Amino acid sequence: MRPATSLNIVTDPAADAAEGPNLALAPKPGVLPKAILAPAQAAEVPARRVAAWLRSALPKLLMTTLSLGMFIAFWYFATKYKLDFYIRFNNIPSPGEVWENAAYLAQSDKFYNNMYVSLRRILIGFGIATVLGVALGLLIGQYRLARGLLFPLFETLRPIPAIAWVPMAIMLWPTNETSIVFITFLGSFFPILLNTIHGVNSVDPVLLRAARCLGTSEFGLLRQVVLPASLPHIFTGLAIGMGVAWVSLIAAEMISGQFGIGYFTWEAYSLIEYADIAIGMIVIGVLGLLCSGAIRILGNMLMPWMAGSQHGGQK
Amino acid sequence: MMSPTDDTPSATGHILIDHLRVRFGSKAAAVEAVSDVSMEVKPGEFVSIIGPSGCGKSTLLNVVAGFVQPSEGTVSMDGKPTDKPSADRGMVFQQYSLFPWLTVRKNVEFGLKQKGLDANHREEAARTLLGLAGLLAFENHYPDQLSGGMKQRVGIVRALATSPQVLLMDEPFGALDAQTRVVMQQILTNMWQRFRISVLFITHDIDESIFLSDRVYVMTARPGMIKAEIPIPLPRPRTPDMALSPEYLQIKQQLRELITEESLKAMGGELKDSGLAGFDIEVGPKGVAELV
Ligand SMILES: Nc1ncnc2c1ncn2[C@@H]1O[C@H](COP(=O)(O)OP(=O)(O)OP(=O)(O)O)[C@@H](O)[C@H]1O
Ligand SMILES: [Mg+2]
Repeated sequence: MRPATSLNIVTDPAADAAEGPNLALAPKPGVLPKAILAPAQAAEVPARRVAAWLRSALPKLLMTTLSLGMFIAFWYFATKYKLDFYIRFNNIPSPGEVWENAAYLAQSDKFYNNMYVSLRRILIGFGIATVLGVALGLLIGQYRLARGLLFPLFETLRPIPAIAWVPMAIMLWPTNETSIVFITFLGSFFPILLNTIHGVNSVDPVLLRAARCLGTSEFGLLRQVVLPASLPHIFTGLAIGMGVAWVSLIAAEMISGQFGIGYFTWEAYSLIEYADIAIGMIVIGVLGLLCSGAIRILGNMLMPWMAGSQHGGQK
Repeated sequence: MMSPTDDTPSATGHILIDHLRVRFGSKAAAVEAVSDVSMEVKPGEFVSIIGPSGCGKSTLLNVVAGFVQPSEGTVSMDGKPTDKPSADRGMVFQQYSLFPWLTVRKNVEFGLKQKGLDANHREEAARTLLGLAGLLAFENHYPDQLSGGMKQRVGIVRALATSPQVLLMDEPFGALDAQTRVVMQQILTNMWQRFRISVLFITHDIDESIFLSDRVYVMTARPGMIKAEIPIPLPRPRTPDMALSPEYLQIKQQLRELITEESLKAMGGELKDSGLAGFDIEVGPKGVAELV
């Protein structure tokens, strides 16, 4: 007869250790999580770690420089020799011209004002989309009544791209400003809403049951369990929403704007200030990048427990 | 072992299950999961339920917890029906159920927060309990940084934090390796004796049920009924070497036979369902014991 497992184990030192509470309760070295060991190691060899980091980062840095350098070199020669092979570089500003104009614009209050106006539109539109998207997403995900009443409406509106709303928005809202903010809001609202709903739906039911057993009220459940459990999905929605918000904003500014970096870029075309087009594009890219970075930083701050897993995901 | 409360069992935490039936699904296609079960957990008692897979053990526990409503019969604690979950019935799950976004200490504080306890008292209570479970050094860790055994220990501490009258445990150590299991059983026994609350414990493991319990209920294959009620009169504190004593071995043999019979019934049903009925496996009681 094969002896049952526990019979074997009663002669095991681990079981003996269990007799003295202190020994039994002390964690075994084998199960010590990595995170506890890491800080000690970091303090031990800071210099070596910096060197190791440099060694691993240097090739990447070189390749990045090379990659961008090749692009700028091509740009430089294509504009210098006015390359014309189906795509035409006749009117394209050279890197030098762009640099000169940029130096000039860096002194211009009007240019900064355009950046400020665009950022403000993003903040307001995206901010409202975040509040509404997360709140409605939680309700729709959690309550059948909210899902029944709201979801069909949103499913109907969702396939309409935010840009398609431009003429309607201009008629709908009293000022140009509000209609542009509305377009920005629309663009980011749906990704945030849908990801929040998805987050709520993928909350581990055992967590809800555990919370109920600990005396949590219905509302407490939403705020203390469903919301934090959905945060990773919500932040996925925010990251996507931020991207779409910029797409929608720039398009709206180009079509109906006064002020704003999208308007600046389009105006540069009308005014034959071709170098400014490139500057507008670059600034749009950089601002978008900064906004996405801000979302990521905020996510890391609000979800410290995800620190380990996000590292794995960045590779 | 320090257990000054040995002779003064608490008067609360009395669970009465009376002719309980639970059916799932609509009338025509209803599945009976629990069939006419009557049982009881006396105040301060440690009772285990053991039975083949799918016999309705979790369903039974979920009725006591208040997640599932009885189709017939009643389930009550201290005279009140257990019709919805409450903090006076703590639950420990087989799956890890710690809130991953909260540190170990905040997990333990969670139930106290629902009670409206202020932050200082919460922290004090949580740290005391974590100290008892040997987890104080990990109070600021997130669950993902803990081993499986530690997670379950935190789960037990979290359930105990609200001072429930009864602890409901659904195969809490099922996912742990054998060594960790034995240590966890010791810790659970310590905690139970210290808090003197009733425990209703579900397990697949015969040794676990004997080592922990005052009484063991054996359930039949689905639909689950109580097949036998086996008292475990072994003295406490129980030590691992008791597993070699004649009383222990006799109880174990008895439980093993009861359970093997039901497991074979449960599997026999599955074998027939999958068209293997033609294979008539003759297994006598002794041969069956070999299999387990
Ligand atoms: N919500 C449900 N709806 C329908 N059937 C269910 C539901 N919950 C459980 N069942 C069925 O009831 C029976 C008993 O399930 P239960 O989970 O209680 O068994 P168990 O004894 O805990 O099994 P295990 O040992 O595998 O955990 C099973 O046949 C299961 O399929
Ligand atoms: Mg079960």
